[in-house]
Amino acid sequence: MATLIIDGQEVHAEEGQTVLEVARANGFEIPTLCYHPQLEPYGACRLCIVEVIRRGRSRLETSCTYPARDGLVIKTKSPPVIEARAVILGLLLSRCPNVPVIQELALEYGITEPPFPVEDPEEKCILCGLCVRTCHELVKADVLNFSQRGIERRVGPPFLEKTRQCIGCGACTIVCPTGAIEIVLEQAGIYKEKPLGPTAAIWVPSLQAVPRVPVIDTDACIRFRQNDRTEGEIADACGVCQMVCEAGAINFDQQDEVVEVDVGTVIVATGFQMWDPAQLSQYSYGKSPNIITGMEFEHLSNAGGITSGEILLADGRKPEQVAIIHCVGSRDHNAHEYCSRICCMYSLKQAHLVRDKTDAAVYEFYMDMRAFGKGYEEFYERVQEEGVVMIRGRGAEVEVLPDGKLRVKGEDANLGRLVYVDVDMVVLSTAIEAPHDANQVAALFGLSRSVDGFFAEAHPKMRPVETNTGGVFLAGAAQAPKDVPDTVAHAGAAASMALALMDQGEVTISPAVAVVDEELCSGCKTCISLCPYTAISFIEEDNVARVNEALCKGCGTCVAACPAGAIEALHFTDEQIVAQIEGVLAWV
Amino acid sequence: MGVDFEPRIVAFMCNWCTYAAADTAGVSRMQQPPNVLPIRVMCSGRVSPEMVLRTFRAGADGVLVMGCHIGDCHYNSGNHRTAKRIPLLRNLLSYAGINPDRLRLAWVSSAEAPRFVEVTNEFIKTIRALGPLSQGVTE
Repeated sequence: MATLIIDGQEVHAEEGQTVLEVARANGFEIPTLCYHPQLEPYGACRLCIVEVIRRGRSRLETSCTYPARDGLVIKTKSPPVIEARAVILGLLLSRCPNVPVIQELALEYGITEPPFPVEDPEEKCILCGLCVRTCHELVKADVLNFSQRGIERRVGPPFLEKTRQCIGCGACTIVCPTGAIEIVLEQAGIYKEKPLGPTAAIWVPSLQAVPRVPVIDTDACIRFRQNDRTEGEIADACGVCQMVCEAGAINFDQQDEVVEVDVGTVIVATGFQMWDPAQLSQYSYGKSPNIITGMEFEHLSNAGGITSGEILLADGRKPEQVAIIHCVGSRDHNAHEYCSRICCMYSLKQAHLVRDKTDAAVYEFYMDMRAFGKGYEEFYERVQEEGVVMIRGRGAEVEVLPDGKLRVKGEDANLGRLVYVDVDMVVLSTAIEAPHDANQVAALFGLSRSVDGFFAEAHPKMRPVETNTGGVFLAGAAQAPKDVPDTVAHAGAAASMALALMDQGEVTISPAVAVVDEELCSGCKTCISLCPYTAISFIEEDNVARVNEALCKGCGTCVAACPAGAIEALHFTDEQIVAQIEGVLAWV
Repeated sequence: MGVDFEPRIVAFMCNWCTYAAADTAGVSRMQQPPNVLPIRVMCSGRVSPEMVLRTFRAGADGVLVMGCHIGDCHYNSGNHRTAKRIPLLRNLLSYAGINPDRLRLAWVSSAEAPRFVEVTNEFIKTIRALGPLSQGVTE
């Protein structure tokens, strides 16, 4: 371990560290523009120069490239250092007079005006090569490099032309200290403009996510994209998240795995998905970044979200008028006929949040206010008292005006006339619907689905938690749209029904099973291949088929097929059914 | 064909789908004529060809066999057997002197109470047009 003296203080350095790393680790401030901890130091901006005294000789050196050797004496703020940095900043400011970060640094060293003639006041690039190193070392796309020499030197792709080598990852724009690089949204794809702006490739779904860990979007992640497009040739691109994660928690090789568990009961709680409002064009969803869904509003108003909980328009302004449209995709013959149940209350909550956080006027377009739960009506009253304008009538259409304002048109049924209001932001209270893969889940567990697409319970009134498949229970919005208290109650019921079944330790099976009359059985084996449960086995020594009563579910398919009439379905015998037929036909 | 002819139709309904649909139709007060006489079986696969023939012999003017949609069977594949048996039996009915239109197979899930009413009403109409199934007369 090496020992150095920085500004009179003794510090220790690990093997391989640079003077800059040691100084910063010990709290000494050294300005840099071209330094990035995940990249090879380059010494381009020269702002990190310090005075290095070695064997009694003093020199100015760039601390980002100078190894922290034993016995060095470093001065980070001595007069020669300050003087040299001032000259460097003067040169940088003369090249890029309008870059805020350089202006601020120059001001710290007492420079307010460019000391040398300015050639191009719009110039932003300081040729620090941070983007070049990022593109080469991390992204491994090698798109950016220096070309020309001396005063002609500049950064760009080969021949300064568009190249397919660029994957549009945007890493260069993020590392550039002066904001000299912009991404041009020429083609949609992962950079398709989202109402809430682009997100990083690694993110935590929400602050309330359980488990609260980040996930990597492999479609956007540089490492995965480079690996995919080069078919594994470039498999080690980027990886910055792995380098910075002190817990070593990031593993790019992690794959989805299938875990098999034996269980006695199953609770299906697969929930819902949000309906996509772009399916009804009158709401203009996607035509303006300020037309957002209720779920997007939740992201916006979340304290851990991109605006830290502030309710802002896409251009960063505060909205002055906000319209909230109820029943978008619910109670609508062109979308879902059912009521999604949760939207009235979340819309009221969102109206309350807008009133609470901004001075905006709020207009609620509603058909009926379904404030059905405990305390809900009181909340509705409170929101009205907060000055929210209630317009009874579905918002019929949202029009994006040329100046970016949004015109919401609808009928005010109370006034009996058509109304419109111009607003800055529209929140669409979209319907909730059964998940797109509900069919597969239904097939897996033998569940049936109601007309609305949600899983059907065994009985709409008396058995709202059970399904027709023994041991499989429903919880929450998988069964029908539900708000949080209803979901908690439903899920509690499902859990206790599952526990009751498991606590018994045994199941009572229906007595309606098939039995073989072994004297009549000819041993033809027709029934054996028909049984969906492999409940019938053939007994070689007796030359008869025999039903395992524990496996038999009593469907009677074998009974109908037995050529010898040797199988009877108990409780549904031929005799019983024929008696019923004759009984009903006795009606005249 | 008398005006006062009221068809007697025996409908075999599977316990899990169609019987539930019929129940829902009733609970929902959907209007339907009383011509359909329900027989509950656990699965439409339980309905053997002999059973259908015996029903006609017992005096039914039409027979409906109804079960879950293919893929939705509570017993996974019970209705696959029905789907094979009933069309085959329809082909054989004319040999027995019965118009094959008097036997109909329909899939009605538990969620489809309106479809249950629609299917039965339509079938009642068909049978009403065909008239009573006279014993011993080849159609």
